[in-house]
Amino acid sequence: MSPDRLIHMANQIGKFFQNQGHDRAVPGIAEHIKKFWDPRMRKAIFAHLDAGGTGLDPYVRDALEKLKRA
Amino acid sequence: MSLIKEIDFGTPRAKSEAMVTLTIDGQAITVPEGTSIMRAAMEAGTQIPKLCATDMVDAFGSCRLCLVEIEGRAGTPASCTTPVAPGLVVHTQSERLKKLRKGVMELYISDHPLDCLTCAANGDCELQDMAGAVGLRDVRYGYEGDNHVFARSGGAVNPAWMPKDESNPYFTYDPSKCIVCSRCVRACEEVQGTFALTIAGRGFDSRVSPGMSESFLGSECVSCGACVQACPTATLTEKSVIEIGQPEHSVVTTCAYCGVGCAFKAEMRGEEVVRMVPYKDGKANRGHSCVKGRFAWGYTNHKERILNPMIRERIEDPWREVSWDEAFSFAAAKFKAIQQKYGRDAVGGITSSRCTNEETYLVQKLIRAGFGNNNVDTCARVCHSPTGYGLSQTFGTSAGTQDFDSVEETDVVIVIGANPASAHPVFASRLKKRLRQGAKLIVIDPRRTEMVEAPHLKALHLPLMPGTNVAVMTALAHVIVTEGLVNEAFVRERCDWSEFEEWAAFVAQPNNSPEATAILTGVDPKALREAARIYATGGNGAIYYGLGVTEHSQGSTTVIAIANLGMVTGNIGRPGVGVNPLRGQNNVQGSCDMGSFPHELPGYRHISTDAVRDQFEAMWKVQLNPEPGLRIPNMFDAAIEGSFKGLYVQGEDILQSDPNTSHVVAALSAMECVIVHDLFLNETANYAHVFLPGSTFLEKDGTFTNAERRIQRVRKVMTPKNGLADWEVTIALGKAMGFEMQYNHPSEIMDEIAALTPTFAGVSYAKLDELGSVQWPCNEKAPEGTPVMHIGGFVRGKGKFIVTEYLATDERTGPRFPLLLTTGRILSQYNVGAQTRRTENVVWHSEDRLEIHPHDAEQRGVRDGDWIRLKSRAGETTLRALITDRVAPGVVYTTFHHPDTQANVITTDYSDWATNCPEYKVTAVQVSPSNGPSDWQKAYEAQAKHSRRIAAVVEAAE
Repeated sequence: MSPDRLIHMANQIGKFFQNQGHDRAVPGIAEHIKKFWDPRMRKAIFAHLDAGGTGLDPYVRDALEKLKRA
Repeated sequence: MSLIKEIDFGTPRAKSEAMVTLTIDGQAITVPEGTSIMRAAMEAGTQIPKLCATDMVDAFGSCRLCLVEIEGRAGTPASCTTPVAPGLVVHTQSERLKKLRKGVMELYISDHPLDCLTCAANGDCELQDMAGAVGLRDVRYGYEGDNHVFARSGGAVNPAWMPKDESNPYFTYDPSKCIVCSRCVRACEEVQGTFALTIAGRGFDSRVSPGMSESFLGSECVSCGACVQACPTATLTEKSVIEIGQPEHSVVTTCAYCGVGCAFKAEMRGEEVVRMVPYKDGKANRGHSCVKGRFAWGYTNHKERILNPMIRERIEDPWREVSWDEAFSFAAAKFKAIQQKYGRDAVGGITSSRCTNEETYLVQKLIRAGFGNNNVDTCARVCHSPTGYGLSQTFGTSAGTQDFDSVEETDVVIVIGANPASAHPVFASRLKKRLRQGAKLIVIDPRRTEMVEAPHLKALHLPLMPGTNVAVMTALAHVIVTEGLVNEAFVRERCDWSEFEEWAAFVAQPNNSPEATAILTGVDPKALREAARIYATGGNGAIYYGLGVTEHSQGSTTVIAIANLGMVTGNIGRPGVGVNPLRGQNNVQGSCDMGSFPHELPGYRHISTDAVRDQFEAMWKVQLNPEPGLRIPNMFDAAIEGSFKGLYVQGEDILQSDPNTSHVVAALSAMECVIVHDLFLNETANYAHVFLPGSTFLEKDGTFTNAERRIQRVRKVMTPKNGLADWEVTIALGKAMGFEMQYNHPSEIMDEIAALTPTFAGVSYAKLDELGSVQWPCNEKAPEGTPVMHIGGFVRGKGKFIVTEYLATDERTGPRFPLLLTTGRILSQYNVGAQTRRTENVVWHSEDRLEIHPHDAEQRGVRDGDWIRLKSRAGETTLRALITDRVAPGVVYTTFHHPDTQANVITTDYSDWATNCPEYKVTAVQVSPSNGPSDWQKAYEAQAKHSRRIAAVVEAAE
């Protein structure tokens, strides 16, 4: 699916958790995406991450890395 | 079956817990203090004659028919206005009373037509009943003198006579039959709260007057029908009764319009509805209704209703009427082929928030167990999905905390992002009644809504800029925390203290103060501080909210902010308080409860939870996919990308209701098979390949769950005109796809729901028949349901404060798009208007108009009624302007009830961060004068016309 839209959605999630600090925000973002995103959406954002992850906010990038490893 | 006649006790129930015993006609009776003698007598089984009294309104004491004698007291007091007292000895019948009553009736009848045989109220006339009750045998005064009955009197025109007012499409007003009992006037004031009626003139000149002697249609009347229901004669009568006659049986059912969930008696003659009358035992509506529920059911018989299944290969082809079997095999073959070609996850479905719980449950079951994926969503995605997320995070349940009765104990009400007077009218009436008793009202809304302008009410209105809810809610919290108004005892006992401390430190930051945020929100800091103080210190505080909260990029954040406010002030867990989402459609709550979201099984349990999935797998005898499926906006994106090809839509019109219409068109056009299951060829059907005709709420059994979590029965009063109830259609579609679901009646579906869903464990049709309704959770712990949630503690354990930082939406105004568009509803129309546009309700709202402030209009050379072009980054449309200062400069507003306006051509793809609920409420737009429809509108109309063609049926040759 269109990476631009997914990047926007992921960063929106990231912004909600931003003020909780890195240690709480990263698992918070990862859990949210795991719970609510269909596998094809996750696959597409992971592909974008692998391609450099341009446009992803730092916490979101960390969260996606974590989710991908899990 | 017979006609349900509710007992009219004459005066409302007294709420006192102190009991009083008295004697009426030799019989001892004990009633609450404050009860009228009339009511006490009725409770003892004695009906005292009455005309001006009815238990929906307070006693008035004008008809002088309900006189009684009380031992030791002089005279003959009216029993409706005389309260009981300990030891009273009352006589309801004596020679003196008989004479007095007969005299009163004689006077009434001397100025009343004697056309009883041809009168529409024949068989349902209290005046006739009372004439019988008092033994009236003749009228000594004759009919020659002054009267209101005859158009001509003594050969001359009778100035006291007035013709019938037939202006309202649903009822008539015949002044010649009026006895000036004031029941209609009082119902309009006390029950509805509109104050549209009055008694004009004095003495013999007295008469009911809508507004200043206007017609009903021309007055402020909102056509709720409370006056018609209250009228004891044929003065105010439903046109359907005039046309058909009196009903012979009735069935209690639930309204299929908004989330209030009014209970109605469907009054029938055979399989024909004569009228819908709100049911006094309905716990949501307590005998009241609005124009939609009571009157706007004509769509069920509308000529445009489709009654035969239809199919076509391509959307460019005309529809072809086929048998049910052919339609099911065609649809099943298409879906199977898609899954074979593109994979199991390439199809999905949308459950309907207008259908029953049982039907919704079946559609999600078909998708999860039959299609083998979790691509199921519902229209709550685009309305209250943030409520589900926000309240489950903070409190632990995805639902409102109160019942509607709770408002009777509320002292301070905050209404934010909701206009109940338009969208939840019966709740609004109940709220306004409480406000007139002295409760305080705070309205947070960009527009000066009907709630702000309601008669005899004074609201503190905080007109905020669209998109700044979080800033305003956090500023309210700032005042509460920094001015020491926190209910610390509650927070320490019920909530996580360290989370509270973190949150309190955040809201106390100077940048969250009303003064600092005013530049963003436009709200006067003084007014905001006052609102916070009133809510925190004014007694029982309740918050009611609607889609003006949820349909934003920060919708879920605002819901969390609301929950934070409830917790910090201790306004959770008892009657009179709470956090109350006002649900848009009749069964939004139910469709969410029934597992319509792609990540949740019924009862809000995540699909990835093995133990929960195990239960469903055991019952359904299939293996379920543990991964969440696509949400509606994701389905559209996936369709455009090419991985989603088939959609079954039950009772929703996503093309009209979802944002950015061009995007939805692109998505639907990219699909290979769209199945629309609906009453009408709606807008979505223009892009469909299979049309399965739907049944109305009058034609099936089931349950709806309203905004109070109240589960109520929907009862079949007629055979489905299309042949099958919607639940039967879903079963047959599943069967054609090779997935068997075996139920003989919707009650069996509810039994399965109860077996699989802990919060519904105690629900059954037998219990609903016995109790009338129950509010979930209904289980072993709460066998009769749960009116108020979180008593003594939160469902999740400790209440969770979560920091809510305001972030501006990415949808920004600028030089090209300087105005902010926000959208909403109007009283007479409902959602996409598929039903209400096909009723007489169009007399009140025949088109969507753009509300614009006089300043903005003048700058653009726009006059009231002019055609204007409304343009956003997503698209453009044209509609007519309505110049009003109800909207602030810089803000414009419209409704989305008419497909030829297509307000959603304008709205964008932006959505709530947590749930993808679209941001309908904030779109940057420009307004300019226009000569007529936009290119989009012309092309759309042409496509719709082409797509709706139905091929003529060719008779087979002999």
